[in-house]
Amino acid sequence: MDYFFELFLGGLTRGSIYALIALGYTMVYGIVQLINFAHGEIYMIGAFTALIVISVLTMLGWNQIAILLIAAGAAVVYSSAYGYTMEKIAYKPLRQAPRLSALISAIGMSLFLQNYVLLAQTSDFLPFPALIPDFEFMEPIAHIIGSPELVILITTTIVMVLLTFLIKFTKIGKAMRATAQDRDMAQLVGVDVNRVISVTFIIGSATAAIGGVLIASHIGQINFYIGFIAGIKAFVAAVLGGIGSIPGAVLGSLVLGWTESFFTGYISSDYEDVFAFVFLVLILIFRPAGILGRSTSEKV
Amino acid sequence: MWIEIETPMLANELKKSFLASLWFMFLTFPIMVIRVNTVEKIIQWRWANLFFVGIGSFILSALWRYLIRRKEQGIHRTEVDGIARVTLSQRLLGDRRFTIPALIITTIAALVFPFVFSIYQTNIMITALIYVMLGLGLNIVVGLAGLLDLGYVAFYAVGAYSYALLNYHFGLGFWTVLGIGGGLAAMFGIILGFPVLRLRGDYLAIVTLGFGEIIRLILENWNAFSFGPSGIANIPRPGLFGIDLDIEQATIYVYFLMIAMTLFTIFVVNRLQNSRIGRAWIALREDEVACQSMGIDKRKTKLMAFALGATWAGFAGVVFAAKTTFINPASFTIWESINVLCVVVLGGMGSIVGVIVGAFILILLPEYLRFLSEYRMLAFGTVLVMMMVFRPGGIVETVRRTYQYKETDH
Repeated sequence: MDYFFELFLGGLTRGSIYALIALGYTMVYGIVQLINFAHGEIYMIGAFTALIVISVLTMLGWNQIAILLIAAGAAVVYSSAYGYTMEKIAYKPLRQAPRLSALISAIGMSLFLQNYVLLAQTSDFLPFPALIPDFEFMEPIAHIIGSPELVILITTTIVMVLLTFLIKFTKIGKAMRATAQDRDMAQLVGVDVNRVISVTFIIGSATAAIGGVLIASHIGQINFYIGFIAGIKAFVAAVLGGIGSIPGAVLGSLVLGWTESFFTGYISSDYEDVFAFVFLVLILIFRPAGILGRSTSEKV
Repeated sequence: MWIEIETPMLANELKKSFLASLWFMFLTFPIMVIRVNTVEKIIQWRWANLFFVGIGSFILSALWRYLIRRKEQGIHRTEVDGIARVTLSQRLLGDRRFTIPALIITTIAALVFPFVFSIYQTNIMITALIYVMLGLGLNIVVGLAGLLDLGYVAFYAVGAYSYALLNYHFGLGFWTVLGIGGGLAAMFGIILGFPVLRLRGDYLAIVTLGFGEIIRLILENWNAFSFGPSGIANIPRPGLFGIDLDIEQATIYVYFLMIAMTLFTIFVVNRLQNSRIGRAWIALREDEVACQSMGIDKRKTKLMAFALGATWAGFAGVVFAAKTTFINPASFTIWESINVLCVVVLGGMGSIVGVIVGAFILILLPEYLRFLSEYRMLAFGTVLVMMMVFRPGGIVETVRRTYQYKETDH
C-alpha cells in the first residue's frame, strides 16, 4: 500500500507541475485560439534565469531563503517579459492571418528560443541546486512524501486560488472572460483587447516560470531542451481537461500525472513518453472537447 | 516604395528604436551576459554581448517598424485598387523569355554537375534533391490540403527502415523496396489519417507531432525489431543491372536516379494539383464546410492527401537509406519534420517552383556557409516567424487559377 501511496503522491506532484504549465496554454488558447507552441520555451527560460541568479548569488554568499525568493522572482519577471515580447513579435502581427500562419510562427519562435539559449549558454545538462530544504516536521512521513513535493503542492494550490480569484473577481479578469467569449464584441464595449492579450501572456508565462523553478529544483538538472517535452505534456493535459477551461487544465494535468505515474510504476518506464502521446491521440478521437470542455458546433 | 519620414517623426522613430534596444538589453541580460560554470564556480561576464544586442535591436526594431508599415500600406493599396499586385517572382514565372532559358540552363547544370564537381558536392546535391522530394510531398499535405503535419518525418523513417529491414532479413533489392517503401508509407499515412479526420488545424499539428515521436521512440526502444539506437549499417547501394560500381560511380548513379525521381515527382504533383482531387484539396483548405456542401467527400479527400503526401516521403526514405548505407533513429527527429516544413514555408506553400527553390536554399546555404552552421536552427526559427509576418506566401507565391474576363469592344 505504501508503494501505491508513493505513486499516488508522485503523480500528484507531477500533475501539479503540468498544471502550472498547462494553465498558460489554456488561457492563451481561450483568448486568442492559438496554441502557443513556444510556451514550453518560456518555462525553460524561467528555469535558466533562476539558475543563473542562484549561481551568482550563491557565489556572493547570500542567505538561502533570500536566494530562493530572488531567483523565483527573477524567473517570473523574465519569463513574463519574454512572453510579452514574444506575443508582440510573433503573434500580434498575425491576428487577422489564417491560424496555420500563427501556428507556424509559434513553431519558429520555439525553435528560435531553444537555439538562443543553446548558443548563449550551453548544450550540456547543468546541475540545478535543490532549493527547498528538508523540513524537520516532515520526518515521520518522509518516506512517502518529501519536503520538495509538499512545497510544490502548496505553491500550486496557492497559484490556482490566486488565478481563480483574479479571473472571477477582478476587472481584468472580467475583461479576459469577455474577450474569450467574443473578441469583437468585447472591443465594442470598450475592452482594450490588446492589453488583455498581453496580460494573458504575462500571467501564463509567470505561472510557467514558477513551474520551471519548482521542477528544475526537484529534478536537479536543466538544459535548453527541457521546455519541449514538458510543453507537449502540459499541452496534452490542457487538451485532456478541455482546452480553454482553467479547472479543466488542472484536472487534466492531475489525471495525466497519475496515469503516467501508475503506468511507469506498475508497467514499464521505457515507453513513458510514447504513453503521453498515445493518450493524447485517444482523447482527441473519443472526446475531442476534453473532460470539462464544451463541444461547440461550428457556425457558418 | 519609399515612405517619406518627416523630421518630428524621425525623432520619434529614433526614440522608439532606442526604447526597444533598452528593452532587449534588459531581456537578454541574464542569458546573454552571464555564463555560470557551476562545477568550477566561475562566473563569466560577457558585457560585449550586451553592446551587440543593443546595437542590433536598435537597427532591427527600426527595420521591423518600417516593414510593418510597408506591409500595412500594401494591404491598404490592394483594398483601394481592388487588384492584387503581381509580384516579381510571379511575373518572371509567367514570362517565357525568362522561363525557357532558365530551364535550359538548369538542365545543363544538372547534367554536368557530378562530372564537374567532387563526390562530396554531388552528395550534398543528392541531399538537396531528397529534400525537394520531401518538400513536394509535404506540400501536398500542408500547401494544398492545408493540414499542418508535424510528423512527416515518420513516413520518411518508414521508407528508410523498410529498405534496411527488408534487405537485412529477406535480401530484397533497392528497386523492389522502392515500391514497397512508398506503399508502406502511404499505408501509415492512412493509419495516421483516420483518427485525425475530425481534427482541426492546431490539434492536428500536435497529434501528427505525437505520431512522429511515437514512431521514433518505438524505433529507438524496440531493439528486437529495429536494432535500437545503434541503427542498421551496411545497407547496399542501388544496383545497376548487376554491374559493380565503385563509390564514385555509385554516387553519380544515385544522383541521376534522384534527378529522375525528382522530375517524376514534379510531374505527378503538377498533374495532381490541377486535377479534380487537387482542386478538392484547395477547396478543403479554404473552407471545410463550404467544401463539403459542394459535395466533396471530406474523409476521402483528406485521406488521399495524407496517403499521397506520405508516399513521397517513403520513396525519399528508401533513397536516403541507400545513399547513406547506415540509418538510426537519430536521423528521424521532430527537427527533421520542421526542416521540411521550413522548405515548404520558405519556398511558398502550394507552389512547386517555390518548394524547389526553398529546398536548395535551406540545404545548400548552410552547407556552404559552414562557419554559420551553429546558427542554422536559430536562423530557421527566425525565417519561420519572419516569413509568416511579412511574406506568408513564401519566396515564390502561388498564383491561383482564375478565370479572367476581358471586356470586348462594342
